[in-house]
Amino acid sequence: MSEQDMLQRFLRTDPRDVGCGEATAVLHVYVDLIATGQDAPGKYPGVAAHLAACGPCGDDFAGLLAAVTTDEPDA
Amino acid sequence: MVAERELHDRLLRIALAEVRRRSGRTPVTGPELDDVAYQAAGDAMLAILGKLGEFRGESRFTTWAYKFVILEVSSKLGRHYWRNPPVALDAGQWERLPDRLGLDPHQHAEAAGILAEVRHVIESELTAHQRRIFIAVIVDGIPLDALADKLNLQRNAIYKVIFDTRRKIRRALVAKGYLDEAGAGRR
Repeated sequence: MSEQDMLQRFLRTDPRDVGCGEATAVLHVYVDLIATGQDAPGKYPGVAAHLAACGPCGDDFAGLLAAVTTDEPDA
Repeated sequence: MVAERELHDRLLRIALAEVRRRSGRTPVTGPELDDVAYQAAGDAMLAILGKLGEFRGESRFTTWAYKFVILEVSSKLGRHYWRNPPVALDAGQWERLPDRLGLDPHQHAEAAGILAEVRHVIESELTAHQRRIFIAVIVDGIPLDALADKLNLQRNAIYKVIFDTRRKIRRALVAKGYLDEAGAGRR
């Protein structure tokens, strides 16, 4: 990756980004859509944009997805 | 009571798995990591019981409930960062800025110009509070949740400062001709 590409990546912001509060509020809904094979980013583009940009929220998303997909089938 | 105990057992199992998943990125290790999981499961259980009336069936109940324990683990690990922090708050390690931006000012003059412009934006367009946050997270590499805990702020308050500052820096670099309007770098 060139310096310009890295700089672009660092400075990239998505105007659809809903922020941490809104993303966290619907995280369980978003994760369930993903876990059941539905188009969560299509339904919540602002949440998808945020999860891609915010490390901590992205980590919470990954943790919750791991929790629901590794939990027993009756969950 | 049985249902509550079962839920707590599940939360604990999820918390233990989550602290292990995050273990490479936290200074917390060993039994202390398990302690975080136990505390997170207990606190999540209390929060869930207190908010049962807010569950609206938009997701499976377990997904809704597990969110509480994941967020508790996240928050508690952020707090633990300050027990033995690799970098102090307000360290201001400006020498790290080029690496953070992926620039090598020794390679070409343009990188040095970009760095000077970034620093100018940070020093002249941000309030003292915004500057402190941006430098802590971006320059000093303090985890966002750890900083939120230290400054007693919501995660989103920190994120918004970083988000807005990125836009200000981009705008300044476009104005100076280092980047074009569309976002593609000037080649």
